[in-house]
Amino acid sequence: MLITLFGVAVIVFFVIRVVPGNPIAMMLPPGAGEEDIARLKALYGFDKSLPEQFVIWVAGVLQGDFGTSISTRQPVLSLVLGRLPATIELAVMALVIAIVIGSVLALTGTRHRGTRTEGAIDVTNGMALSVPDFLWGLLLILLFGVLWPVFHISGRVSPALDLPFATNFYLFESVLRLRFDIWLDLVSHMFMPALALAIPLAAIIAQLLKQSLKETMHLDYVTLARTHGYGENRVITREALPNAILPTLTLVGVQFTFLIGGTVIIERLFSYEGLGNMAIDAVINRDLPLIQGIVILFALMFTLVNLIVDLTYALLNPRLRHG
Amino acid sequence: MSFLEITSLSARVGPVPILRDVSLNVAAGEVRALVGESGAGKSMIGKAILGTLPGAIHITGGEIRLDGQDLLALRPAERRRVIGQTAALIPQDPLTALNPVRRIGPQITRRLVDILGWSKRDAEARALELLAEVHIPDPKRVMQSYPHELSGGMRQRVLIASAFAAEPKLIIADEPTTALDVTVQKQILRLIKEMQQRHNTALLFVTHDLGVVAKICQKLTVLFGGMVLEEASVEAFFAAPQHAYSRALLAATPKYTDPDQSLTPVPQSILDDLQAQLDFAERTTT
Amino acid sequence: MADARSAIKRPIGPRLWLSGGWLTLLVLGAVFAPLLAPKDPLMQDLFLGRMPPFWLPGAEPGYLLGTDSLGRDVLSRLLYGARVALFVGLIAGVLTCLLGTTLGLIAGYYRGWPDLLISRFIDIWMAFPPVLFSILLIAVMGTGLTSIIIAIVVIDWTRFARVIRAEAMTQGAMDYVASAQVTGHKRIGIMLLEILPNVLPTMVVLLTLEMGIAVIVEAILSFVNLSISTDDPTWGSMISEGRVSIHQAWWVLVFPLVCLFFTVLSFSQLGEGLKDYFDPVLR
Repeated sequence: MLITLFGVAVIVFFVIRVVPGNPIAMMLPPGAGEEDIARLKALYGFDKSLPEQFVIWVAGVLQGDFGTSISTRQPVLSLVLGRLPATIELAVMALVIAIVIGSVLALTGTRHRGTRTEGAIDVTNGMALSVPDFLWGLLLILLFGVLWPVFHISGRVSPALDLPFATNFYLFESVLRLRFDIWLDLVSHMFMPALALAIPLAAIIAQLLKQSLKETMHLDYVTLARTHGYGENRVITREALPNAILPTLTLVGVQFTFLIGGTVIIERLFSYEGLGNMAIDAVINRDLPLIQGIVILFALMFTLVNLIVDLTYALLNPRLRHG
Repeated sequence: MSFLEITSLSARVGPVPILRDVSLNVAAGEVRALVGESGAGKSMIGKAILGTLPGAIHITGGEIRLDGQDLLALRPAERRRVIGQTAALIPQDPLTALNPVRRIGPQITRRLVDILGWSKRDAEARALELLAEVHIPDPKRVMQSYPHELSGGMRQRVLIASAFAAEPKLIIADEPTTALDVTVQKQILRLIKEMQQRHNTALLFVTHDLGVVAKICQKLTVLFGGMVLEEASVEAFFAAPQHAYSRALLAATPKYTDPDQSLTPVPQSILDDLQAQLDFAERTTT
Repeated sequence: MADARSAIKRPIGPRLWLSGGWLTLLVLGAVFAPLLAPKDPLMQDLFLGRMPPFWLPGAEPGYLLGTDSLGRDVLSRLLYGARVALFVGLIAGVLTCLLGTTLGLIAGYYRGWPDLLISRFIDIWMAFPPVLFSILLIAVMGTGLTSIIIAIVVIDWTRFARVIRAEAMTQGAMDYVASAQVTGHKRIGIMLLEILPNVLPTMVVLLTLEMGIAVIVEAILSFVNLSISTDDPTWGSMISEGRVSIHQAWWVLVFPLVCLFFTVLSFSQLGEGLKDYFDPVLR
């Protein structure tokens, strides 16, 4: 895990230093002298050799210092941490939506297995899986932004609103502070991008969970529960579901990291002020320290998600809990 | 009147008959064996009573009366309630019949609370009592255990306790010992008999093993190809089986008293005869 | 054997027909774009900005699907955009397939340190957000079709490598490989002659899916203005333009979106269809 993170750091660091464009030159007004360039280079540490720069950078990162953004001249860490909550809220909301839609489809499909309902669910899943979040986002913009404008399709919160928040977890804090007016505004902004991210994941959850449920439904303890007098719905949700979740969970974890990766373009599409949107700006501005910081943070999130999935799996599986 | 009355029950998968005009009675407190080779339809009868037939199998005629109520005429929810209150299953494979993610305690008590409306405390007390009845040492600890922490024999004891939890009037045991070690088999068999007598429950014992039948049953019904061939009391059957197939089946059963005897398989001529009989029945009914 | 033969004779389902049909149409449109396009896709006419498609009032004759804010003909840009999309899809797809399959075969068949190395790279790659990674690479290499194709290959080879590696491992453990080794064949020969043909169906399916992904990646990169120059007609840049003027001229967004949607759907359905076709037993 740490090796992977280190690998990401190495690759990002060296890849972006092959950049032909000179970020320093872009920061200075035209006609600036050699001296100015050299001074700025020294300021950002670009005058040292690549391995030296790398060691300095890694040493900084280990102390929580990710350097200074070139385009905004602020510390990378505070910039990135300022945007991170927006992206986490978006990704978590998308995950929740995906789990809800996916589970409902899977349970409905299992309840009506072998009927046309199941066939329709399979076809819908196939469609949802084939088309990536970017296109779903555009489609949602057309449908619910233009044709039937019920949701906001740009930004994170209405600019007119006065935000009394201490953290950048607006959605979370608005609930704590009982400001449901702001909460509604946030959700109305977030729902479309979150749904776009959620659709492919929902289809995967529906597919895997349904398959897993149908396998479980043949097992003896499910049959036994039927003879106890439980109806089909209870048997599915209480006997089969807890067992069917386990094999689905690990795969969903991997897919969730893809979803987090997808926030980059979806945030851009919906002008949502998160980490991904900032990343694209950073790339366009050739803001090397900022790019490094963001990519490392994404890699860290991916790794954490995998860790959490492993832990949850162990927690839900009694065999591992006591093993 | 018998507690369980099956009259002219028929079932099919597509065009293939699974049960043919089966009639069967089990009186209250009686132990009846349902004997036959694999594919004879003996397990299907148990599943038909409990309402757990696989979706592809359809009942095409007959009735099943449990305690006087015609099960097939009831609405599904009502039927499940009647079965949950009056009948129970001891399943074949104890390794797969307990939910792996749930502790043993709730697996016994939950339906007492959900379906029969007991208080949680009563249900727990009852479960502890039952676990002691099936000779499980340290019932408190077992209640807290997960299935994978128990041996196969222990799990089968749990399942037997669970089957008797709601004081059912009828227990269907579907080859309850075939998945166990031989040494454990005997203990489990003795336990089922003991529990049956203590609770005075009717028992429908599905098996292919005539040796087991001799030990614990009073009556038996021999099935072949989904059809009842012979009904008799156990003493009468072992003294003088009526049907040629029954005689052949008996000759093919090893005896615990004489392990060295030579066994004769059921002769082909008898099987051919029976098949012809089934084919004839098929032509006349369709 | 009977099974295998009946599998080959299996009818081609509607899924394959529909997706194959759309892609054929697209290829024809792209190839004959200079003949079919009614206008020059780059020609601007600011007096004819945001003209609606032909069935709406106010449409300008000759501009069937309307114009964008700079007065460029949407239909012509769509046709030329199909060229870029299919070109990138084909070239990037094939190159990704070659690189990924080669590395996957080596890792899966030779095992040992090559496998360790390649697997480690796959792990690291999986920890990169792919969209960000591609944008980064484009920023490094500069815009242009070559950069896009290289970026796709560099990022997506793991899709092939992971699957092919697993399949090569399964195949490598089979008896026919062992017997080939016993009879003294060279390992590289076995890999190419025995293993490769067996992973070929998987490769073709993945290739089809990858072409769809490449088309999307190109569109995403044009969307953030990092593809070829913004004037050149690509579906992504049209979508980008359409996103801005969505409330004034929805058609600038809708038509490229529909094309992209059907193309991506077709590639993926084609892939799924081929999977069934090659492997009727599984699935």
